[in-house]
Amino acid sequence: MLGRFHLYVSQRGEVSKAQEYTMRILALIAALIAGGVFLLLLGFNPFEIYATMLKGALSTAGMRQETVKLMIPLCLTSLGVTLAFKMRFWNVGAEGQICAGAIAASYFAYFHNHLPQEILLSVMAIAAIIAGGLWGMLPAYFKTRFGTNETLFTLMLNYIIGFFITYLREGPWRDPEGGFAATPRFLKQARLPLVNFPGVGNVHIGCIVMFVVLIWTFFYLKYTKQGYELTVVGENINTARYAGMPVQRIILRTMFLSAGICGLVGMLQVAGPDRQLTDAVANGRGFTAVSIAWLSRLSPIGIAMVSFLFSVMEKGCSMMQTDFRIPASMSEILQGIILFCVLGGEFFINFRIGRIRREA
Amino acid sequence: MDFNHIILFLYAAILAGVPLLYGTLGEIIIEKSGNLNLGVEGMMYLGAIASFLAAYTFESAFLAIIFGFIAGMLGALIYAFLTVSLKANQNVTGLTLTVFGTGVANFIGERLKMTSEAGTVIVSDSVIRSLLPMKLGALSDIPVIGKLVFNHSILTYLSILFAILMSLYLNRSRLGLNLRAIGENPSAADAMGIDVNRYKYLHILFGGGLCGLGGVYIALVTCVGNWQPNIIGGQGWIAVALVIFASWKPLRAVFGSLIFGALSMLRLYIPKNIIDIPASIFNMLPFAVTCLVLVISSIRMKRENQQPAACGVNYFREER
Amino acid sequence: MQKEDRPAMIELNNLSKSFGKVKANENISLKLYPGEILALLGENGSGKTTLMNMLSGIYQPDSGSIVLNGETVKINSPKDAIKLGIGMIHQHFKLVDVFTAEENIKLGSRGKGESLSARSLIESLNLNIDLNKKVYDMSVSEKQTVEILKVLTRRADILVLDEPTAVLTPQEIDTLFNTLREMKKAGKSIIIITHKLEEVLAISDRVAVLHKGRLVDTVNTEEADRFSLTEMMVGRQVDLDIKRAKTVPGDVVLSVEGLTVHGNEGNVELDKISFTLRAGEILGVAGIAGSGQKALCESIAGIQPVTSGSISLLGERIDGLSPRQIIELGISMAFIPEDRLGMGLIGSMNIPDNLLLKTYRDEKGPFLKRSKARKEAEELVEQLSIVTPGLKTPVSKLSGGNVQKVLLGREINLSPKVLITAYPVRGLDIGASMTIYDMLNEQKEKGVAVLFVGEDLDVLLALCDRIMVLSSGKLSAIVESRFATKALLGMKMVGMTTDKEDEYVR
Repeated sequence: MLGRFHLYVSQRGEVSKAQEYTMRILALIAALIAGGVFLLLLGFNPFEIYATMLKGALSTAGMRQETVKLMIPLCLTSLGVTLAFKMRFWNVGAEGQICAGAIAASYFAYFHNHLPQEILLSVMAIAAIIAGGLWGMLPAYFKTRFGTNETLFTLMLNYIIGFFITYLREGPWRDPEGGFAATPRFLKQARLPLVNFPGVGNVHIGCIVMFVVLIWTFFYLKYTKQGYELTVVGENINTARYAGMPVQRIILRTMFLSAGICGLVGMLQVAGPDRQLTDAVANGRGFTAVSIAWLSRLSPIGIAMVSFLFSVMEKGCSMMQTDFRIPASMSEILQGIILFCVLGGEFFINFRIGRIRREA
Repeated sequence: MDFNHIILFLYAAILAGVPLLYGTLGEIIIEKSGNLNLGVEGMMYLGAIASFLAAYTFESAFLAIIFGFIAGMLGALIYAFLTVSLKANQNVTGLTLTVFGTGVANFIGERLKMTSEAGTVIVSDSVIRSLLPMKLGALSDIPVIGKLVFNHSILTYLSILFAILMSLYLNRSRLGLNLRAIGENPSAADAMGIDVNRYKYLHILFGGGLCGLGGVYIALVTCVGNWQPNIIGGQGWIAVALVIFASWKPLRAVFGSLIFGALSMLRLYIPKNIIDIPASIFNMLPFAVTCLVLVISSIRMKRENQQPAACGVNYFREER
Repeated sequence: MQKEDRPAMIELNNLSKSFGKVKANENISLKLYPGEILALLGENGSGKTTLMNMLSGIYQPDSGSIVLNGETVKINSPKDAIKLGIGMIHQHFKLVDVFTAEENIKLGSRGKGESLSARSLIESLNLNIDLNKKVYDMSVSEKQTVEILKVLTRRADILVLDEPTAVLTPQEIDTLFNTLREMKKAGKSIIIITHKLEEVLAISDRVAVLHKGRLVDTVNTEEADRFSLTEMMVGRQVDLDIKRAKTVPGDVVLSVEGLTVHGNEGNVELDKISFTLRAGEILGVAGIAGSGQKALCESIAGIQPVTSGSISLLGERIDGLSPRQIIELGISMAFIPEDRLGMGLIGSMNIPDNLLLKTYRDEKGPFLKRSKARKEAEELVEQLSIVTPGLKTPVSKLSGGNVQKVLLGREINLSPKVLITAYPVRGLDIGASMTIYDMLNEQKEKGVAVLFVGEDLDVLLALCDRIMVLSSGKLSAIVESRFATKALLGMKMVGMTTDKEDEYVR
C-alpha cells in the first residue's frame, strides 16, 4: 500500500458456484498447510500427525463411538443456531439455551422419575425444548419490540442460566449423599437407551434424534412455508414486509425453534453421556456451533460434515496426547486456523483487488 | 462480621477486579473503533501464556509484561486483518479468536508440563515478588486506606492509570474524538479525511494488548506463576459483559470491575448466618444487571450510553 | 459550449464511471472558475452525484482526469479531496449523531493551525447555529449548516452541495442562498447539484446540464430560461413508437381522497392527493425523484401508514388494512427500487421461489407447493422470453431486464384488479422496455387498472391515458396525455404554473 501503487478494493459482481467452492477448498488446504507448519516447528512430521488423528478418531469401533458421541450435541446445536442465522439473527446464546433445556429435563428426571421410561424421557424432551425455546424467545422479543442488540443479550443470558445450574447443583438439587457439591445421578428410567449401530457400537438414542433433526431442518428450511418465510426475512426484511409477511411473529417463532433445538441438546446431554446435571453441560458447544454453522454456509448437510470433521479433530487430538505427547488442545488450534483461513478466503470471493498508479 | 473482615473482602474484590478491568478497557477501545471483538477471552489467554513463558525463560517481570501485551496484540492483529482488511464477519472472527487463543495457551502450557522434568512448571520467585503488592512509603501506613488503596501490585496501579488515560483520551483529545466518530459513523469520519482503517487497526491492536495484560495478571498474580489449564476460565467473557455494564465508559469500568470482582468474592467473605444467599446467585447478578442495562438503554433510546452505532458492521467506502 | 479565457480552478476531463453494466457517467468534461456558482442540473439518475463523488474521492473514475489549478491530480480518498481544498456536502449528511456541532466540525483536524475558527465563520457568514447542540437535536437546516461549516473550517475553496435544498423550507432556502452568495464573494467556487429550475436561475452563474450520464451543455445562466433548461434536462421529445392500447375506461376501481402521508421523521411526503383510477386505463405518475412516488405506492399497498385521507377499492375503504389483506383484495405492486432487487424479489432465490412470495400462503398445509410455481415460472419464462440458464438460477444472476420481467410477471399472474408498477423499465434497453410496455398494455386491455410510476416523460406520454404530476408531495396536475407535451410535464414537475393551463389540465 506504500509507494507508488495504491491498492484499491472493489466489490465483485458475480462469482460462479464453482469459483466459490474452489476458493473455499483452497482456504481449507491453506489451513492444513498452516497447521502442518505449526507442527513442523514443534519438530513433528505433520503427515504422521494428521494420519494419527484420523486413525485415532476412526480406526476402531470404540473410537468411532466416542467421535459420534462428540458429534451429536455439536451437530444438533449447529442446526439450531442455523435457523436463527438464516434469519440474520445472531443467536450466540446456544450455550444458555442448552442449559435451560438441561435444567427442565433434569427437573423431571429428579422429581417425576416414577414415570415409565418412555413417558419420562418424552416429557423431559418436550420440557427441554419448551424451556430452551422460551429462553431464546426472550432476546427475540426485546429485539422485535425495542431493537435490543441480540448478540449481547443472548451472550449475557448464557451466564445467568449457567450460574443458575451452579445454584441448583450447590443448593436445592445437591446430592445429600455425595461428598462434593454435585447433583445426583439420574435413575435408570431417566437415562437414554442405547442403540447399536453396525460398525460403531452402542451409542445413545440421541444419535437417531440427530439424524431426525438433521432431516427435519433440511426439509423445514427448504420445503415448508415457515422455512421459506424466515429465509425471506433474513435475506431482505423489506421484501418480507412488501409481501405482507408478519415479520415479528416469524422472528419470535424461529427463535423459539432455534433455541428449542438447543434445549433438546441439553436434555440429550444430561440423560445421555452426563447422567446428571453439571455446569459443563454446554461446555462451549454453543460457541463452536456458531463457527460450524458459519463454515457450512448454513446448509444442514454441510453442518453434518463440518461437525463430523470437528469431532474427528477433537477425538483425534485427544489420541495424539497419548501417542505423541501433543496436548489435546491442538484440536482448538486447528479449528482456529481452519476458520481463520476460511474467513479470510471469503474476502476473495466477495471483493477484488485492483491497483491504481499513484501519480502524486 | 468485623471491620477488618470487610477490609479484607474489599481488598480481595480489587484483586479479583483487576484482570476484568484490563479486559473491559481493551474491549471498550476496540468497540469504540466500531468493532465488536468476542475474542477477549482468547487474547487474555495469549497474554497469559506469553507472559508466563517470558517470566519462565527470562526471569524478568518487565519482559513478562511486555510479552503479554505483545501477545494480546498479535491475537488482535489476526482479528483486525480479517475484519478490517478482509471484511470478515466480526462475530465469527471474534469467537474463533477465543477458540484459537484458548487452544494455543493450553497447548503450550500442557506441552511445557509434559516436557519438563519435574512435571510442573513454576515461575521463579523473583518475578512473582516484583509483582506483589508494593508499599508506597508512608501512604501505605495510613489505616484502612493505606491497605485498600496504596498496597497493590504494579499491574493494579497500571490498570487504573490506563482507565484514567483512556477516559481522557476518548473524551478530551482530538484523536479520541476521531475514534469515537469512526465507531458511530465511519463514513462521516472518512469524509472528514480520517483514515478509518488505520484508526481501527491501531485501536484494535492496543485493545488486544490491554486484554493481554489481563492475562498477565491472571497468570502471574492471581495464579502466582503456577500455570493451570483453562487459567482464564471465562473472565474474558465477563469483560465483554462489563463493557455494556459500564456503558462504554472507562471510569465506569473501574467501578464495574470492582463490583463484579466483589460479587465473585462474596461467598468467601459473607458468613452464612448474616445473608444466606448462595454464591451462584451473587455471581449471576452482574449479568442480570447487564441485561437490564441493555434492555433499558434500548427502550430509552438515550443515544449517549449505547453501543457505538456502527459497532459490528464492517466499513467499505464504495458500498452503495 | 461557451469559451472562457479565464484559468479554470478545476477541470474535469472526459470522466467516465460505470457500476457493473450501468454507465453512470460517460466522458464528462467540465470547468469551474474561481468565484462562481455552477449549477449541475439533471433528472434523477442522470449521474450528477456520481460525478461529484469522483471529485470528492468517494469513487474512482474508470477513465479521464481531474486538473486542479493546472495540475493533474488523483483523488484517492476524501482525505485527498480535503487536502486539495474540495469540500463535499452530501445529500445524506455525514454527521455523527451523538456529537455536538463543534465536535463534528473538529473531526479529523490535526490542530489549531490547520483549520479556521468556526465561531469567526459563523459571525462573518451570519449563520444561525449553536455549536454546543447535539446533532440528534437539530433540524435539517441546522445539520446542513454544520456540514457547510465543516468544509469551510477546513479551508475548502471548492464546495460541492448535493441537493442542498431538497429538505429545506422556502425560508431556509433563502438563508442558504444568502450564505452561498457570501461565500462566493469570499472567492469560493461552488457547485450546486439540483433539479429545481427556479433555484438554478436564482443562484447560479452557469449551468451544466446532465442527461442519462452525459453532459448536454454548459450555458451561462443569464442566457438561459426555464424552457430551454427544461428541454435540455428532459431531452428532446422523441416518438418512441410505443402503442397506446385503445380501450374504453370502465368503472372507477381505486379512488384516493385527500391522501396525506408523513414520513418517519414527521416530514410531509404526500400532501392531500386526490385522484381516481379506472378499470382499463393506465394512469401515469410523473415527478422528480423523491416527490412522493414511493409514499404513494406504499400507502396504497398498506406498507406506509396513512396520516389522513382515504383510499378505496371499488368503494370499500382499504386504508388501515394490512399489506396481506390488501394483496388479497387484488392490489398488486411491483416496485423497482434503485438497486432493483431491494424490494419485491429475493436475489439469492430462483424464479419459482420468487413467484411464491405472494402466493405461498394460498395453499393449505405447512408445506410449500413448488410444483405450481415451477409451472408458472416455466410459462413466464416462455411468455416473456426471460433469458435464464435455468429455473434453478438465483434471480440475482439474471440481467436487469429479466429480473424486472420476473417481478412484473409475478404481479400480473396474481390477476390483480389494480396493478401498481414503479420504474419497471429502470435501467433496461429499448427491446426489454418494449416487452414491459406490451405487458402493461395487455393488462389494460384485460380491464386492469394500472398505475405506472415512470421516469421517462416520453414513455409516460406515449403509454399512459392520463398522467398525474407530483411535485414535492403535492399533486400539481392531472393531464390527458393526448394533449400534453413534455415541456408542460417538465414545468409541472418543478411546480411551475403555465398560461395555457386550462386547455389540457383536467
